Amino acid sequence: MIDKRDAHLSLAFLTVSFIALFIGAIAGLLQTFVRSGAIELPLSIGYYQLLTAHGVLLALIFTTFFILGFLYAGISKTMGTLYDVPRRTGWLGFVMMTFGTGLATVFILLNKATVLYTFYAPLQASPWFYIALVHVVVGSWLCAFSMWNQHYIWKSRTKNKLSPLFSYMAAMTMALWFVATLGLAATVLLQFIPWSIGWVDKIDILISRTLFWYFGHPLVYFWLLPAYMCWYVVIPKIIGGKIFSDALARLSFVLFLLFSIPVGFHHQLLEPGISHTWKFFQVVLTFMVIVPSLMTAFSMFAVFETAGRKKGARGLFGWIKVLPWKDVRFFAPMMGMLIFIPAGAGGIINASHQLNQVIHNTLWVTGHFHLTVASTVALTFFGICYWLIPYLTGRTLTPRMNKLGIIQTIMWTAGMAIMSGAMHIVGLFGAPRRTSYTTYADHSQAVDWIPYQVAMAVGGTILFLAIILLMYIAWFLAFKAPKGVMDFPVGEVEENAVSTPVILENWKLWVGICAALILIAYTVPFWHMIEHAPPGSPGYKFW
Amino acid sequence: MHIHRYEKIWLWSGAVCLTLFLLIVGVSAFAMGNQPPSHMETIDPEKAVTTPPFDNPGFTKVGEKEYEAVMLAQAFTYTPSKMSVPKGSTVHFKVTSTDVVHGFEIPSTNVNMMITPGYVSEISYTFTKPGKYLILCNEYCGAGHQVMAVTLEVTA
Repeated sequence: MIDKRDAHLSLAFLTVSFIALFIGAIAGLLQTFVRSGAIELPLSIGYYQLLTAHGVLLALIFTTFFILGFLYAGISKTMGTLYDVPRRTGWLGFVMMTFGTGLATVFILLNKATVLYTFYAPLQASPWFYIALVHVVVGSWLCAFSMWNQHYIWKSRTKNKLSPLFSYMAAMTMALWFVATLGLAATVLLQFIPWSIGWVDKIDILISRTLFWYFGHPLVYFWLLPAYMCWYVVIPKIIGGKIFSDALARLSFVLFLLFSIPVGFHHQLLEPGISHTWKFFQVVLTFMVIVPSLMTAFSMFAVFETAGRKKGARGLFGWIKVLPWKDVRFFAPMMGMLIFIPAGAGGIINASHQLNQVIHNTLWVTGHFHLTVASTVALTFFGICYWLIPYLTGRTLTPRMNKLGIIQTIMWTAGMAIMSGAMHIVGLFGAPRRTSYTTYADHSQAVDWIPYQVAMAVGGTILFLAIILLMYIAWFLAFKAPKGVMDFPVGEVEENAVSTPVILENWKLWVGICAALILIAYTVPFWHMIEHAPPGSPGYKFW
Repeated sequence: MHIHRYEKIWLWSGAVCLTLFLLIVGVSAFAMGNQPPSHMETIDPEKAVTTPPFDNPGFTKVGEKEYEAVMLAQAFTYTPSKMSVPKGSTVHFKVTSTDVVHGFEIPSTNVNMMITPGYVSEISYTFTKPGKYLILCNEYCGAGHQVMAVTLEVTA
């Protein structure tokens, strides 16, 4: 077991993430009910207010807090107990982030910030909402600094050229997060806060959108990379196999750092003010970021097959049978992995110019990211918490909890298949995302969408029941499970695997190339936006 | 760095697929003109209602079965709100916003674009099937976002 003080830090992050998950899930359930036409919200709660809470609490808070808790635990496990400065910085980051989360939640509940989690200008929230976001981001930066600091001290003390795989991936994930959130910090600090306080009258909308999406796409990889860490490092140990290749695992993370940032225009394909040549250029880079995911897929299935064959599996597909399907630590992430196959294919569709024209801002997109972040990533995170929580609290995962975990995973997969499936289909028909219940004055097309929206509510209900089950399991594992020793599974590398080239640990090189790619992809179009900027917009509060 | 032979095959086939996808997208965009709406014209959003042609939004016949639709998007409707064209007409939509960001989507067609204040968005479409087409806002614009829609009738 890791040092108690590190375990407390990790548990603090996990606690906030689970609270956010629960509140966000309640909002999600109510949204599906409203949109199906089954209920109207009481007490003048707005649909879009719930939607804002759902997006902020799940996409930003649940994910970021869970990731930081997981990363701290893994760093402490693979590098040894955190040094004092990194741990203290981590706590400072936690306090700032939690304060920001609380502040943002209060202003959303007061209906002062019904701008959704993308907060597109010129809808203008209370300045406190943006100030809250700054606290979350700066707090997360402190955590990034603390993890890099740990890395640096560890390297200089142990004289090791190569850091442990988990810690390397953690440092790379935080590097990606830091470079990405610079765009978010720029738009919030330089544009939104002065404008919402009233120091300046107007805001440039295209620039704020561009800075947001500079952040918005790597954000999805920030969610995905910790899931990949579980797949690369944790899963091989659970299934009794070895890590396929340490070097290729690191290389895939390097590629994510390089190619996940200069691609934000594929979220802005249908907007004016950006030339189509630059849009296409970023679409090409978007396709590059698929390569490391293909590498990951290969590695994972190579691990499954070699582990299975070692156990004596025969035939072309015999190894599938001997995988530990009844172990929730494997089963939940595995379902996430399988869901990523259609989810990734959907992502390729979304990034393709002409296909984007068909699905942009329809429910298809909502369906897409409920497969990626809300299934692939979420199921992997659930799979992690079944062993991480008892590991940190000195308890064990009982067979009964393991069974409930399996049921939870099946419910989640089924609920999401129904909800996301309905979203994908009705999105192709053109039903818009982020829209309350409507039939557009009984227009025949919109009326035809309602049955799908009812299916979304059915799926949403199953998902909410699965969340209640998850909350029960998490509570039990934290406070009630029998005391004992739980393993933090960390895989070992295949013996005959090639040694890892030290160049993969050359941070200056990779961050340098990352910066160069960003400058190439953004400088000219961004300069054009500034040079040819139209007069800005005052703020509007249309809710 | 050594890469397993099977992994090489896998990655190369992946790379070939991705290149093929990009070629299809690229050829369709640059050779066949299927580009996403990327109009560069700017406008003062607060003066949009007094700036030509948006001071007089409406439908103009510009040729044989060809129309220009100058439209304003504002919370929570579009102007003009009722339009009608004969089957087979090509409509050039020219839209701007007077307030926040809106969407402009006609379900069951490929008409879909963002309306960003400060910019003019353009898209053209030929309506070959008669019917009552819905033009709806697909970007959250406030409490009445779900009612923001008008209809375009294509007569037989």
